[in-house]
Amino acid sequence: MQLLIQTALELGLISALTVLALFISYSMLNVCDLSTDGCFTYGACVGAVVAISGHPYLSIPAAMCAGALSGLVTSLLQTVFGINSLLSGIIVNTALYSINIAVMGNSSLLNMNKTATVFTGLKEALASTPLKGYQTLIIALIFVAAVILFISLFFRTRIGLAIRATGDNITMVRSSSINPTKTTIIALCISGAITALSGCLLAQSQKSVNIDIGSGMVTIALASLLIGRAFVGKGSIPKKAFGAVIGALIFRLVYMIALRFNMPAFMLKLVSAVIVILAIAGPYLKERYPLYKRKRMCGRGDGNA
Amino acid sequence: MLKIEHISKVFNPGTINEKIAIDDLSLDVKEGDFMTIIGANGSGKSTLFNAIAGSFITDKGKIILYGKDVTLLPEHIRARSIGRLFQDPLSGTAPHLTVLENLALAAQSGGWLSSITRDDKERFIKALKELDMGLEERLDSEVGLLSGGQRQALTLVMATINPPKLLLLDEHTAALDPGSAAKVLNITKKIVEENKLTCLMVTHNMQQALDLGNRLIMMNGGEIVVDLNSEEKKRTTVEDLLDLFKKAAGESLLNDRVLLSANE
Repeated sequence: MQLLIQTALELGLISALTVLALFISYSMLNVCDLSTDGCFTYGACVGAVVAISGHPYLSIPAAMCAGALSGLVTSLLQTVFGINSLLSGIIVNTALYSINIAVMGNSSLLNMNKTATVFTGLKEALASTPLKGYQTLIIALIFVAAVILFISLFFRTRIGLAIRATGDNITMVRSSSINPTKTTIIALCISGAITALSGCLLAQSQKSVNIDIGSGMVTIALASLLIGRAFVGKGSIPKKAFGAVIGALIFRLVYMIALRFNMPAFMLKLVSAVIVILAIAGPYLKERYPLYKRKRMCGRGDGNA
Repeated sequence: MLKIEHISKVFNPGTINEKIAIDDLSLDVKEGDFMTIIGANGSGKSTLFNAIAGSFITDKGKIILYGKDVTLLPEHIRARSIGRLFQDPLSGTAPHLTVLENLALAAQSGGWLSSITRDDKERFIKALKELDMGLEERLDSEVGLLSGGQRQALTLVMATINPPKLLLLDEHTAALDPGSAAKVLNITKKIVEENKLTCLMVTHNMQQALDLGNRLIMMNGGEIVVDLNSEEKKRTTVEDLLDLFKKAAGESLLNDRVLLSANE
């Protein structure tokens, strides 16, 4: 049981990075970045290939650069080439499928069983301490903390404020002499880098990467983000970022419990889809409910009551 | 200061919806001028502002601001020297950012990676106190929680915190309740006078157009049909303006309810 919880926390923390990336693109920039799945896999593939070639620590910046590149392409399609933001994401996601297989050397699967990764070094170091076996949790926690710190500081700067304003009122951004093309590009590069980091860490902690490792990530991360919002709600940027992580952890814990009650593992994506539907449609329907009630009463002939 | 030479703009050219929004318009605005602009709906007032601010590039002609040709520059570059307020009080501020953050974006002091300093904050508080709306107490409130009047006043402070070369006011009090409108208008007058701003203001209120500023132009069909200087303006009444309008636009337009309000 303890092992199950630990696994859920590890997965939760690693996917929390993708949730934080969506916090930037979806919550702040107001763009639903559908290239997230492909970008996650891209980070996983690039990270794995670099680690297999004998550079476990280089795999992290390499994956992040790859993610930033993917974000750059998505944002250029949106801004410079005038392609709708959802469509840009889908196009990049599709293109990345081919690129990811090419990165893995015409294969859809890479094995890292005997590869030195960012986790193996710490695993050996912790072997004779009470923290034995907690290497994945520790490293994931460090990265999550670093990303939250980065978000908290970065979105207080002028460029950070400009990115938030771009998602809020683009006219106001232009009249403040800021180029919204620039802010969109920077925001999507950052969120891409963090998504790829998430993929890289997941692949290395599982010691393998396959072409489907990122499929459905955007829905899972969105579900986590919305769960976090429901629990933590409004407040400062650090508080909201913390909420995103809490959302990711709750999602994984609930999923683990569902597995214990014999829910088949393949249901994960259906569950995440339902959560996203409930979280977005719920508030909308709640707002519409009084009108619906009124209409029903009218139907019964006492509408003026 | 602002020199507009023979600009034209046609929307949907070659289609059934073709509309000549601005027709060979020239205008010379001197430094420190406060010009009011009147005209019926669709006469090209807002289009003129869009052309000056760079919301679109004109088909023909030149726009020169302080000796610099800005005809082909994009909106966000021109915004460095142009401040603009719209009729919609929600359009000039970012609702999910706080009052302080909105001001910081508009003030753009420091580099891209700098955050709000104590000096900035003091400068903003001082500017907000001038408004006398209690906004200096609400620096950390999200702007979406403020009233329309408060947001428009804040937009005015944001547009003028670094005094622009040119201030464009596009019926910026029209969507406010009478009390807020009067207040925002007084603040506008004060800020324009104190900073000696060059200012163009579109209004539907003829009396206001006569009372404010030192020059008045009337637009019709994308052209300037009446241009009064300070002296002429003083001698003109609302009735005279209506007569001028009749002469320029023809009787037909006067019968339209698209007309200007004589007294509000």
